[in-house]
Parts: sequence; structure tokens; C-alpha cells
Amino acid sequence: MSDKLSARSRARIENSIFLAAVILLGLVTENTYYLQIMTFIGINTLLALGLNMLMGYAGQVSLGHAAFYGIGAYATAILSGTYALSPWLALICAVGGAVLVAFIVGLPTLRLSGYYLGMGTLGFGMIVNILFREWSSVTGGASGFVGIPVLEAGPMVFMSGKSYFFLVWAVVLAAILICRRILRSRMGRALRAIHDGENAALAVGVNTHYLKLKVFMFAAALGAVAGFLYAHFVLFISPESFGFMVSVKMVTMVVIGGMASIWGALLGAGLLTLLPEVLHGFAEYEMIVFGLVLMLVMIFMPQGLTRGFLDIYHASRKKRQ
Amino acid sequence: MLRIKNLKCSYGSITAVHGVSLSVKKGELISIIGANGAGKSSLLLAVCGLMKTWSGEISFEDNSLRGMSPPSIVRAGISMVPEGRQIFSPLSVMDNLKMGAYTMYRKRMKAEVEKDFKMVLSMFPILRERADQLAGTLSGGEQQMLAIARALMARPRLLVLDEPSMGLAPKIVDMIFETIETLRNQGVTILLVEQNARAALKIADRGYVLETGKMVLQGSADELLVDDDVKRAYLGQDYGDFYDGRGN
Repeated sequence: MSDKLSARSRARIENSIFLAAVILLGLVTENTYYLQIMTFIGINTLLALGLNMLMGYAGQVSLGHAAFYGIGAYATAILSGTYALSPWLALICAVGGAVLVAFIVGLPTLRLSGYYLGMGTLGFGMIVNILFREWSSVTGGASGFVGIPVLEAGPMVFMSGKSYFFLVWAVVLAAILICRRILRSRMGRALRAIHDGENAALAVGVNTHYLKLKVFMFAAALGAVAGFLYAHFVLFISPESFGFMVSVKMVTMVVIGGMASIWGALLGAGLLTLLPEVLHGFAEYEMIVFGLVLMLVMIFMPQGLTRGFLDIYHASRKKRQ
Repeated sequence: MLRIKNLKCSYGSITAVHGVSLSVKKGELISIIGANGAGKSSLLLAVCGLMKTWSGEISFEDNSLRGMSPPSIVRAGISMVPEGRQIFSPLSVMDNLKMGAYTMYRKRMKAEVEKDFKMVLSMFPILRERADQLAGTLSGGEQQMLAIARALMARPRLLVLDEPSMGLAPKIVDMIFETIETLRNQGVTILLVEQNARAALKIADRGYVLETGKMVLQGSADELLVDDDVKRAYLGQDYGDFYDGRGN
């Protein structure tokens, strides 16, 4: 019992540190470029968090997650841009729409497993992306969608800079808390059980298909929220922001950061957002360095950075003793 | 309690079970013995709903199990200890037990679940010691105990065990079989599938012998233990004395 308590208080300490770091970074940073990068890290963290629940914990690979990101972004763009709906109402529609799509797509695809599930979701992601590109009367087609309104809430206007930084990171914090809550629950245990052995999970009475569908819908919802935040941040969206490569990047974030780890999602999202920025200077070598980093992580820390760093930490502590 | 009539199981074009019938009465301990590939596991998978492609009839407490999903079969009162244990290795021992009670939590029976924890932990004290350890770090015998304890957490009226002796040292096997006997004495109905025919028949009330998907023999466990065919095929008569000396 005491262990459980300490795990809970440890989580509380981690959350507090995280909150303090976010507030500190937000207050100290004045440079708009840095604020912008950190906002993108926050949006990507949301994506990675959702995918991590699906992939890291439940063990279901999705190669089409950018579709939900795109659905969130386009839904709010069209509803608030074209139809002048309040963005907050548009958010509800965007999340609801993404969850509904996830339900319809997940119903048959989540019966698949392993590579087949990957292929199924890959196809879904491509179809959605083609839709964004070709349905130009509604989505603006390949040239993108212009005219997304700025977010407002009463006297607050969320125009880039600090206000948006805090908005995004508040959502990230909320998402982390929700994920933790789920993982601590009976459902969280069942998700990890499915990952370990679907048949064994069935044998103890877990309705694995239903549970996978639920976590898929949850991941889709987080993706849609990320898409919403992205759209109202950059105010212009185009299909390539939600293409196959973006899906792959999300998977990479989860794997690099560390599967089945909340902070891994943050770390992976941070790294994969920063890396291209840092490598801007030597653009033509960017992909090479990028690939090299991925290879090195996979060779030396196959469990991801979080696990890898923890192992190094534990090893060094043991040595000192 | 459990009645199987003319059960046929097939994987694609390969038929693993060719028309098997058997019955388990309340309070009985039934052993199904047979060699590798005799169709024992397929039969159990069909009972637990983990295998869909079967024909014939399976009924539990007079309700047909046809078309029922594994979770609803667990809720109906059949719990399985799967072949090769299949505990959840990345979860702690305690979380594994909680997973066993997965269908119970739904019924909001927290107090009852707590009671069951106490029951299985007093039955397997080693699990209490290991409660916070990851299940994957347990020894084979401990994992088997955990698998049995996990199945018990669902409060089964019929406990189905698939090869609980697999890959365990003889001493541990004895212990596991003692546990199974104890459970029977406590009133749990048990269907046991085993390759270790001698040990399985020793504790059973009745037994069935499966051979390449067909039921070739059935009878009381005592009869089967002295049956010449069984002796020759499964008990290794010529080595019997040697085995007895080593195994017990």
C-alpha cells in the first residue's frame, strides 16, 4: 500500500515540477521565435501523448494518426473560417467528428493486429489526406486554407506569443493528468495487459476489441485537439502538414521518447520538434543527421530516451554506492 | 455443469478435434490426457471462446456457449489458466491479480474483490511477498501460481487449466497438483488438460484420453491408471518405477 502511495505522490511531484518549468519558461522567454517553437512542442506533445496511449500502452501501431490531427485542424478551419462559427463550438465539433471517424474506422481495423493494423491505418491516413487535397471547394485544396480566425475568450485574445504558449501548455498539462488517471485505473491495467498478450487479456474477461476502440477514439480526440490548436496558431493550414510523413514523425516521437511513458511523449515531441530547427543551418545534411540520431537512439537506447536515461542514472548511482 | 457434444474444431482446412463428447459434473475434477497435438488445447480454447471455428455443442449450466465472447464466458463462470501461463509480465503481481478480477470490478464488488485478494494471497503466500514485483521476474512455478490465482480472482464455478505442469521442475509440479486438489476439495469444479498423465489422473475423479482429435478412452481415473493401453501409451509402464522414484 505504501508503495502505491509513494507512486502517487511521486506523480504529484513530477507534475509540479512540470508545471513550474512551464510557467518559468513562459515568463522568462521573450523571444517570439523560442515561444513559437515551444508552442509547437506542446502541440506535438499532445499528439505523442495520444498515440502513446494507443501504441505505447495498448501496443496498437497506427500509421495514420496525422489524419485525426488534420480532421481537427480542418474541421475548426472550415467551421470557424468559412461558416463563422465560434471556434470553441468548432472545437467540440472537431473533437466529436474525429472521435466518430475513429469509431467508424476503428471498428473494422482494430480487429487487425501488428503489421496489418499498421497498413490499415496507413491507408486511412492517405485517404483522409487525399480528401484534404482534392476537396478544394471546402478545404482550399493543395494551396491550403486561409482565413482561420484568432482564438478569443472574453477579453483574452490568443495571438501567438505568450498567451498561446500558456494556452497550449495548459492543455498539455490537462492531457497528462487525464492520461495518468486512465493509466492508473482498471482500464490502464487492461491496456497494458492487451499489449502483453491479447489472448490472455481475453481469457481474464477483457473485451479487448472494445477497449482498443476506446483508446483509439481517445487518441483521435487528443489529435483533434492538437489540430485545433495548430490551426488557430498558424492561421493557415495545408494538406502536407497532415500527410504520411507527419504520421511517421508521430510514431518516431513515441518510440524515441520511450514507449509507455508519459514523459517519453514529451521528450520525443521536444526532440523531434527541436532537431529540424537546430539543423536549419545545414539544411542539406538535415535528413542525414536526423536519421543518424534515430539510428543511434535505437541502437543504444532501444527502449527510448526516457528508459535509456533512467538506466544510465540507475547505473551511475549503483557505481557510486 | 459443462457438457460437450460432438465437438469439432478446425484451423482452416486442418481439423484438430474430430467429434469429441464429454461432460463435467459439479464438484468434479476431470482430467483430459493425451499427447502433443491430440487436440486438448483446441478443446479448451473452444470452451473459453478463444477459438471460434468449432461446430457441435458446448453448454455450461444448460446455456449454450455458441457465439459467446470470451469476456461473457468469464462472466458466466468459466475461468481459464492458459497454456504457458500467459501472465502479464510487465504488470506487477498485484496488478495481475486485479486483472483477474476484471469482470468483478464491473459489478462494483470492491469489498468482495478485497476478500478474494485475501483468499488467494493466503493460498499462495509467496505472491504476497512478491506483490509489487513485476510478474515477469517471477520463477516458473511462481508464475504458474500467479496464473491460477489470477483465474480464481474471477470466482469461477468451473476452473479450466491448460497444461499447468508445462516446463516446471517435478517438485513444483507436485505442488501445483496439490493446489489443484485443494481447490477441488474446496468445491471448485475443475477441468484439467495435461500431458503428465500420471499426475493428472492421480488427483482426478474421471479422465478422458484424447488421441489425434478423437476420444479413445474414458472412465474413472482409477480405472484409467491401471488400463493397459493407457499405461503403455502415456504412463511409460516400463519406466514407471524409475519415474516414481524420481518424481515423487
